[in-house]
Amino acid sequence: MDFDLTEEQRLLQDSVARLLGNKYGFEQRKGYMKSADGWSREVWSQYAELGLLGLPFGEDEGGFGGGPVETLIVAEQIGRYITLEPWMSTVVIGGGFLRHGASQELRNELVPQVASGEMLLAFAQVERQSRYDLFDVATTAKKDGDGWVINGRKGYVVHGDSADRLIVTARTAGDRRERKGIGVFLVDAKGPGVERRGYRTVDGQRAAEVELSGARAVAVLGNPEDGLPLVDQVVDECIAALAGEAVGAMQAVHDMTIDYMKTRQQFGRPIGSFQALQHRAADMLVALEQSRSMSYFAAMSAAERNPVERRKAMAAVKVQIGRSARFVGQQSVQLHGGIAMTIEYAAGHYFKRLTVNDAMFGDADHYVRDLSETGGLVAAA
Amino acid sequence: MDLRFTDEEIAFRQEVRDFIAKELPAETRERMVAGRSPTKQQVVDWQRKLNARGWAAPEWPKEAGGPGWTLAQRYIFREELQQAPAPSPLGFNINMCGPVIIEFGTEEQKRKYLPRMLNLDDWWCQGFSEPGAGSDLAGLKTRAVREGDHYVVNGQKTWTTLAQHADWIFLLVRTDPAAKKQEGISFLLCDMKTPGITVRPIITIEGGHEVNEVFFDDVKIPAENLVGEENRGWDCAKFLLGNERFGQARVGASRERIRRLKVIAQESMDGGRPLMEDPDFRRKVTEIEVELKALEMTVMRVIATESKRKDKKPDPATSVLKIKGTEIQQMCSELLMKAAGPYAWADGDPDEEDGSNEVDVAPDWAFGLAGVYFNWRKQSIYGGSNEIQRNIMAKAFLGL
Repeated sequence: MDFDLTEEQRLLQDSVARLLGNKYGFEQRKGYMKSADGWSREVWSQYAELGLLGLPFGEDEGGFGGGPVETLIVAEQIGRYITLEPWMSTVVIGGGFLRHGASQELRNELVPQVASGEMLLAFAQVERQSRYDLFDVATTAKKDGDGWVINGRKGYVVHGDSADRLIVTARTAGDRRERKGIGVFLVDAKGPGVERRGYRTVDGQRAAEVELSGARAVAVLGNPEDGLPLVDQVVDECIAALAGEAVGAMQAVHDMTIDYMKTRQQFGRPIGSFQALQHRAADMLVALEQSRSMSYFAAMSAAERNPVERRKAMAAVKVQIGRSARFVGQQSVQLHGGIAMTIEYAAGHYFKRLTVNDAMFGDADHYVRDLSETGGLVAAA
Repeated sequence: MDLRFTDEEIAFRQEVRDFIAKELPAETRERMVAGRSPTKQQVVDWQRKLNARGWAAPEWPKEAGGPGWTLAQRYIFREELQQAPAPSPLGFNINMCGPVIIEFGTEEQKRKYLPRMLNLDDWWCQGFSEPGAGSDLAGLKTRAVREGDHYVVNGQKTWTTLAQHADWIFLLVRTDPAAKKQEGISFLLCDMKTPGITVRPIITIEGGHEVNEVFFDDVKIPAENLVGEENRGWDCAKFLLGNERFGQARVGASRERIRRLKVIAQESMDGGRPLMEDPDFRRKVTEIEVELKALEMTVMRVIATESKRKDKKPDPATSVLKIKGTEIQQMCSELLMKAAGPYAWADGDPDEEDGSNEVDVAPDWAFGLAGVYFNWRKQSIYGGSNEIQRNIMAKAFLGL
């Protein structure tokens, strides 16, 4: 057991922290948000230079050769600065599908493009009725010659508006809520039969509503008849990354809150001298530290080979992190008081991202139900 | 970063498990599974078995009679005892007074007391709290006046756990009333048979006799029973209180309680089906399991960082352990009581050695669960109340 980072991991952490420290001041972030893409191409190219875009790919493929711990390290920094670039979508989710589901040929083609920053990917999974169920898929994929034709509508496709390729879940067989019969397809985002409407989300990120009408898949990822295990695996890896991101954001907003408590004066003394507020801050620290522990558990479990155990572990991660993110986010605003209600102040932006982070791929309530239905973590005896 | 136990540690866990399976008397285990405290004799017998194996004091250094384990081994050992469940080594001897003597005591004191502590030839109890000194421990008033080669002690201690079993008491006394409150305190060892000591039971809300008041009326304690320097007893007290960094997390104990809870909730019917099949109840159980998993990882972090650290400054994660550990245990006890339904309500002290009021009115698994629930409210009060823990966090870690 060893929670220390290796020399290389520390270098990775330092280099990301340095880059974002320079490029992601709150005012700079506002500027990126207002730009056409809603994020910074300049920062993106620096991600590529640092190897962050090739992070999970093998060194033989031109990647960085990172595992779950490296992903956690980067995700935490991304959370600390609540960055806007499509790193989760392209590298964690897109990279996950390429690593676990793509043919060698497809990997040879796409991995270098992803690693160099030319290729942006987005995951088109959510549907009107699906809410958080990954297996609830109404979008269809029909065999047509040696290819697939896709019809349906996907919502909340994170970074779907700037993506070059969409990774689309679609039903190849069975009823809407059947676990079998789901395929994962790569679709050219600018190709025929794809209509995208981009929009900004409450956390300052970008997303798109995507209409697929007879769009042809450019490739199949994994088994088109039984792609759900692949989706689960990639989403679980993303949940581990989201845990790291949440911890980074919680740490940043907690620090901000403590600083404010030390400087803000009322009744002739700093508000941090009042015990009611001190105890709230202490409870936030408890939530933060428990979350940090859980993010390590997430990194450890991301590589778990038994999919049932892995899903359970990630459900537990979502519950703990989601509850903590809500508490820390809400209380940061509360302890700041009115100032955090203004859009000019950073705390509220962290609160909003933490709120969305909780809900991504299912919120804490969703996973409490899931985990409780599958027997929980401790066996009866 | 490698978050797994090593092969050696996994083998060690198995060794501990095998030892417990072979040596732990079934009666002791059954009593503890039922949620009761082991009897005095059961604790003594078990401590002696551990001592015979060289495992009586997991945290002590080898030269003092400990096994010389790493932090990870200590954690594994304690977790296995809690999960079995088996009695832990007696805390007053092994985790409180023993380490103080090892750190501050004379060679003579070490020779005299430590071997008897290990073998539980002497049962120790803790004389810290007083009616006027709870969270503000340094406000204690019990007075010790030096007269020749003795201290004469007058005053009252309270909440003295299991003083009724004790052969010896370690206590904080005021030796210099003129000094600032932390600076006039000394740490003394006292034979409970000394004339002038009166132990009076305090019966707690569930009806159990666990804690006591201890009165000192002109009690003569030999001056050689002073540990460390006169008026420097607060150093011993701080050392003692800060010594056990992850002892209060009790992850293994909570895991054992959740297992038990799932068994009981399977037997207990609700709405025509086992309670465990009720989604609301099941979710409450899941919420605790998740908190416990996070706590387990926090304990691991503390162990990993503590074993490398040179300075004695605690990790912020340590503060989480007391608060979360006790909250989780309290939630477990509450859900166990709720799971038992109306059968939880037969009154009686589950810890009474004769099993008072243990009439055949309820299924075995239900008896005493309400008592444990009521009793375990103490957990967030003792050992520095959870509010005191928050004060510490605010000052020490947040700088507020």
